Amino acid sequence: MEGSSAESALSVSADSIRITDLTQDGDVLTFAITSQKLNSSAGVCVFRAYEDFEWLQQSLFSQENVPGLQGIIFPPLPPKALPLQSNMQTKALKQLGFLALGQDWQGYCKALEFYLQQVATHPTLFKCKALDSFLINSESPGKQRGRKGIFNRLSQAVEEMRKESHKDVDNFFQNERNKNTNIAALSKVATEKLIDVVMTEQKLALACGHFSTSLHLCVNQDDAAAVAFSKVCLKLSDIIEAVKQNFEKVASNNLTTLGLGLDLESRYQEAEKEMLFRRTCKLIELETVKKSTEKAKANKREVMEEFQKAVEKEFSLISSVAKEEIERFHSSRVNVLKNVLIGWCEQQLNTAKECAELYSQHLEACRNMYSE
Amino acid sequence: MSGSCGRNPPPFPENEDQEAELDTRVLDSDDDEYDDEGEDIFTGARSKPITPTSAPDEGDIFSEEGSYIRTDVHHATNGLHSDEELDLFTEATVELTLTNTTSQGRREIIGPTASACNTTPVPNSILKPSIVTKTMEELEEEESGDHFELNIAVTNPEKIGDGMNAYMSYKVSTQTTLPIFLNKTFTVRRRFSDFLGLYEKMSAKHSLLGCIIPPPPQKSVVGMTKVKVGKEDSSSAEFVEKRRAALERYLQRVVAHPSLLQDPDVREFLERDELPRAVNTQTLSGPGLLKMINRASDAVNKMTIKMNESDNWLESKLQEVENEEQLLRRLHAAVDSLVNHRKELCSNTAVFSKSVAMLGSVEENSALSRALSQLAEVEDKMEQLHQQQAFSDFFILAELLADYVRLLGAVRCCFEQRMKVWQRLQEAQSTLQKKREAEAKLLWANKPEKLQQAKDDINEWESKVSQYERDLERVTCTVRKEVLRFEKEKARDFKQHIVKYLESLLHTQHRLVKCWEAFLPEAKAIA
Repeated sequence: MEGSSAESALSVSADSIRITDLTQDGDVLTFAITSQKLNSSAGVCVFRAYEDFEWLQQSLFSQENVPGLQGIIFPPLPPKALPLQSNMQTKALKQLGFLALGQDWQGYCKALEFYLQQVATHPTLFKCKALDSFLINSESPGKQRGRKGIFNRLSQAVEEMRKESHKDVDNFFQNERNKNTNIAALSKVATEKLIDVVMTEQKLALACGHFSTSLHLCVNQDDAAAVAFSKVCLKLSDIIEAVKQNFEKVASNNLTTLGLGLDLESRYQEAEKEMLFRRTCKLIELETVKKSTEKAKANKREVMEEFQKAVEKEFSLISSVAKEEIERFHSSRVNVLKNVLIGWCEQQLNTAKECAELYSQHLEACRNMYSE
Repeated sequence: MSGSCGRNPPPFPENEDQEAELDTRVLDSDDDEYDDEGEDIFTGARSKPITPTSAPDEGDIFSEEGSYIRTDVHHATNGLHSDEELDLFTEATVELTLTNTTSQGRREIIGPTASACNTTPVPNSILKPSIVTKTMEELEEEESGDHFELNIAVTNPEKIGDGMNAYMSYKVSTQTTLPIFLNKTFTVRRRFSDFLGLYEKMSAKHSLLGCIIPPPPQKSVVGMTKVKVGKEDSSSAEFVEKRRAALERYLQRVVAHPSLLQDPDVREFLERDELPRAVNTQTLSGPGLLKMINRASDAVNKMTIKMNESDNWLESKLQEVENEEQLLRRLHAAVDSLVNHRKELCSNTAVFSKSVAMLGSVEENSALSRALSQLAEVEDKMEQLHQQQAFSDFFILAELLADYVRLLGAVRCCFEQRMKVWQRLQEAQSTLQKKREAEAKLLWANKPEKLQQAKDDINEWESKVSQYERDLERVTCTVRKEVLRFEKEKARDFKQHIVKYLESLLHTQHRLVKCWEAFLPEAKAIA
């Protein structure tokens, strides 16, 4: 399904979008975004702050003349990052989850990059002018308060919750809603549990560091026996240092592959949930209108019936867009997870092999040293 | 010191003709080689085996000494005794290595002959240059004697009895080629208080010599109560395993010490079927309280008396020991935290594994679902690996460090013993001084009838002073030797443990690699 309006297509190649740099000035983070022009070999580089990303997202939400816009699963924008402060760790974790744990904001940049790529490769969204201007205009969208989109993030009002469980008229969608509810909850939990694992791994690395440093304090050159003992302590210190580095790598691997992947999956499930909710709201609206129309007095009935037809049309457009989006989502999601899992496994395998090799060398050295 | 109070010194070889019942004990069923004559135990001597005739309720397990005979190989341990004066040293010789070295082994010994050359008491010096004939190198060389074969294992913890009177019984198996034992392999069952009793006995006999006595594992009321009450959870299983391993290491250290190995109590502990219960080891018993009081007074002593140390080597060693103890404590704390974090990692991994399994179960895409389930299994396996590694961390590193913190405490005790000996010498010297003054006063006051008494007193104290001087020299020598041996052992121990630890790390890592290798095709198979 292509949009009927002839809007300009994206002028850069979607695959070439990269976030190459990040600078921090006090509280403000600025991202350097590069991309490759489609019709020439020229590259473009722009600087954007988080607000600009928000502007982009709002612009996407508030497009006009896009039929069934509400049926689109919008690529989820990662939440705003708080400035790095050690005592904000837990707060940051609650907000950003995985994205808070990486070093040098690596994970966060990657997530934003992925977001842009997803928007740029979406069959409908890539046409949005806002995207193009976001990517190539040297001037940032600035403090443009975009029109509030038709819809904002779901609020957690009790009313909304009630609507969420409204029974559907279509089996396909009812099933999809049920599955989505399950998977969304479970992937959130899995993400949180993986965060716990990674944090413990980081704690272990720290503990190893302490142990290794303390061993250095045992060095004593007073006499032969003390020297022999010191050597032993230093050897152990080296070994523990190797253990520490292994933990750091393992934690980092977990973060950059599986962690980001689970986080993405979790946010995408939420995005699907929002879309399904919008459709459900529309359904409720339709049913309400139907009821009103039935009850309407004769003079108002025609108007109501017109109105009802419009709502019906909207609803069916949304539903058909939604169906396609869902199928697209399902296949791409499996692909993404596959790549995530392969990447994760390969990295961890490499790290494990390197570590085994290192331990092996240490063991060899120890055995030689101590064989006399 | 509490311990074998009231024990009569075993008669010397002239009592060999005393009859004794043949030992009817039955050792481990697989030992058919038991020889009735028992001539091989001691070098060339005729000896009678121990008869288990003592009544079990007696606190003193040596009450059957009538038939307990020693050999003609002189061991100071034979005559050693907490209550008696160290006069025994004048006749016995001290052999600290198993190698029956001849002249070399005797040069350090302070026998009656050596002390003859030292007539003038030198009040403030600890060491007389003439006696220290051995250099450090020579002492070290002597340590590398013959290597004997003696393996000890502590296994099969079994709970005996019920409720608060229950206890754990451990199987102690020995395998040896040493001639001093009756058999090559034998097994007995012992309980924790037996081990403590052994420590008490050895402490009573050997610490005055300046030996470093390996300390036994610590008592734990909480741990034992859990076991007694019958809590079958993993923490009480862990406690029992921890204790079993600690008891094993303790025994291995004891027999690694050349003179302790010669101690008949040690042999009895390893060989004898039934050991009378060592009740002196209970904390709230009479001897237990006495011990606490003694320890308190020792501590006060330490604070008030400053020994004038003229041996630089020993002084710097003591400082080193104290520093090292602090360092090892810190290291132990670091390893402890490492172990705890690993355990945390275990539980977090398990929880994560479950969450992934649930994801897999609701996933529609079958290949992805399978991959997720496999992922959950991989995480499960990793949890087990983490668990094992945590155990390794604990048993190989943490317990090693904890043992050495306690051992360093024992080394300090050893120095303290020496200080006590020095103190006694000081007191004797000052008493002698007083007696001399008294004599002078009498001479001046011209009271001839009391003069003889005064002269006798002076003679008595003069001989005491020279005795104590000899004791001090002997103890100093022993302490030096012990410290050297300890340091060597320590370096060796740590080396061994590091290798063991590395092996465990490597083993875990290899299994981890296998896990990942098994998972990769599953991930690739997702369509």
